[in-house]
Amino acid sequence: MALINAIVSKALGKPVSPGDIVVVDIDAVYAQDGTAPLVIDVVEKELGLKKKIAIDKAYFFVDHSSPAPHVAAATVHKEMRRFSKEYGVKLFDVGYGISHQVVVEEGLVRPGMIAVGADSHTPTIGAIGVYATGVGSTDAAIAMMFGKLWLKIPETVKVILYGSLPVGVMSKDIALYLVGEVKTDGMLGKAAEFRGSTLKELSIDSRMTLTNMCTEMSAESAIIPVDDVARRWLVERGYEIFRNIDWNDEEGYVDEIPVEVSKLEPLVAAPPDVDNVKSVDEVSNNEVDQVFIGSCTNGRLEDIEVAARILHNKRVKEGVRCIVAPASRRIYVEALKRGYIDILIEAGCVIAPPTCGPCVGAHMGLLAAGEIAVATTNRNFPGRMGHRESKVYLASPAVAAASAIEGRVADPRKYLS
Amino acid sequence: MIIRGKCWKLGDNISTDHIISGKYKFEAINDINKMAVHVLEEVIPDFYKLVSRGDVIVGGRNFGKGSSREQAPRLLKLVGIGAVVAKSFAHIFYRNAVNIGLPVVVAKTIPDISETGDVIEINIASGVIRNVSKGVEERVSPYPREILEVLVNGGITEYIKRYGGLPWSRSIR
Repeated sequence: MALINAIVSKALGKPVSPGDIVVVDIDAVYAQDGTAPLVIDVVEKELGLKKKIAIDKAYFFVDHSSPAPHVAAATVHKEMRRFSKEYGVKLFDVGYGISHQVVVEEGLVRPGMIAVGADSHTPTIGAIGVYATGVGSTDAAIAMMFGKLWLKIPETVKVILYGSLPVGVMSKDIALYLVGEVKTDGMLGKAAEFRGSTLKELSIDSRMTLTNMCTEMSAESAIIPVDDVARRWLVERGYEIFRNIDWNDEEGYVDEIPVEVSKLEPLVAAPPDVDNVKSVDEVSNNEVDQVFIGSCTNGRLEDIEVAARILHNKRVKEGVRCIVAPASRRIYVEALKRGYIDILIEAGCVIAPPTCGPCVGAHMGLLAAGEIAVATTNRNFPGRMGHRESKVYLASPAVAAASAIEGRVADPRKYLS
Repeated sequence: MIIRGKCWKLGDNISTDHIISGKYKFEAINDINKMAVHVLEEVIPDFYKLVSRGDVIVGGRNFGKGSSREQAPRLLKLVGIGAVVAKSFAHIFYRNAVNIGLPVVVAKTIPDISETGDVIEINIASGVIRNVSKGVEERVSPYPREILEVLVNGGITEYIKRYGGLPWSRSIR
């Protein structure tokens, strides 16, 4: 059976199949400053619970508009702080970073867990073998207060990655290729499980980009089985596997998608949707006003490292803003220690605090009418990063850094050979 | 549980952003009623004024895609929408709609043949949808008993308050 079925079967002590609706204990649940206000209302006003202690695996993140860009956000953040204290929800306040990154690096989610987040990109954390899905605020409130939730077991598509990534091609390009192939509703009602020989070359950082972007194919969940790469990552951090899965791995998949990654080239998703995927060459005439490197998709150390490698002893083109936001404080500190931040600042980049900010059009670099951005984020709908008539090209951090140098959508390969 | 109302026909890929733009998230955070005036505003201007209680939205594929914003189904219910029929739903929207007591129905034929203004009638328990104006009836797979109980009780928080647990296992505490 597929890994997600195996995790739920182990958790319940009985086999489950796709389509089954089950009630499970939730091993981790979180919400962010966009969805937490309604979590608070559901708990206090709708359920009428008075200072009931939340389960000890409930977390709040101030990450979407962080630090508060306006009084309305500040008011929401203040409510989150009050509620956290009164109900015992652990709060990750301004500066910790983006929820999906922080729960993984802090060891709050671990392989074999069943986790939900009131954020559509929660499948990101499946990169370390967690069965994770996005939910709404009511679900998050119920999970936080009672520790249980109903889930419908999805069918799983096996995505098999073969070959080695060429220089200048990153896991973001694999993800963009996949969205281009299956389209934005291609995995509706399904989960993706990544397998194949390429995985041994993909770090946890790279894997989180893959699972993150499955949301853009409408996948309910995405998961990567624990292998030697993941085991090494866990050991280095002193984290243990939460639930060991004995697992017959070849049956029970609804579909298989093979991807020969050695044939991929740097790609972008051109506006107005994520499945409008083109090669960099096809869109290289587009001049760029802003570059953003960050978000839960590509704000990790490896992403900042490749940007620093490309921008080392180079300059961001006059007239282009290049904003870099590490996805967490830990990443920020490590990037500082390794000198990446120095390189980026000297090249003319602006370093923003850990925040979802620009990706969701909240703050820290919005776009005016007619402006064009290359962003390492996950969505490029009209108005996503600012004005309805601004445009967003989604790309890898390598493409983003090369584009900052050239002031147009640019191929990173010549900077990396 | 019978829902009967006028059809509002929408296309494929209606996102939570179409239903309520993320830019209003902070403006009216303490009062969902203030957000109601913006529901579907970029798809059908003044929708909140035009819609009547019990009306049915008929969408295409991947209805409710995008963010986990629960305000989307809540606001549809608040302005009077009795049910949403679509070819398929984004899974978070579907969960959210069930949880807040807004019936969501997956159908094959009705989305193709319905037009705005048609009269739609849905029997939630038996899984029968009729486009009364066109004289077309479609049978869909009925909800599992537990989901039906959540919908009939007006949402999962109402259910928990009434019965002290989730319908699958009433021993939540």
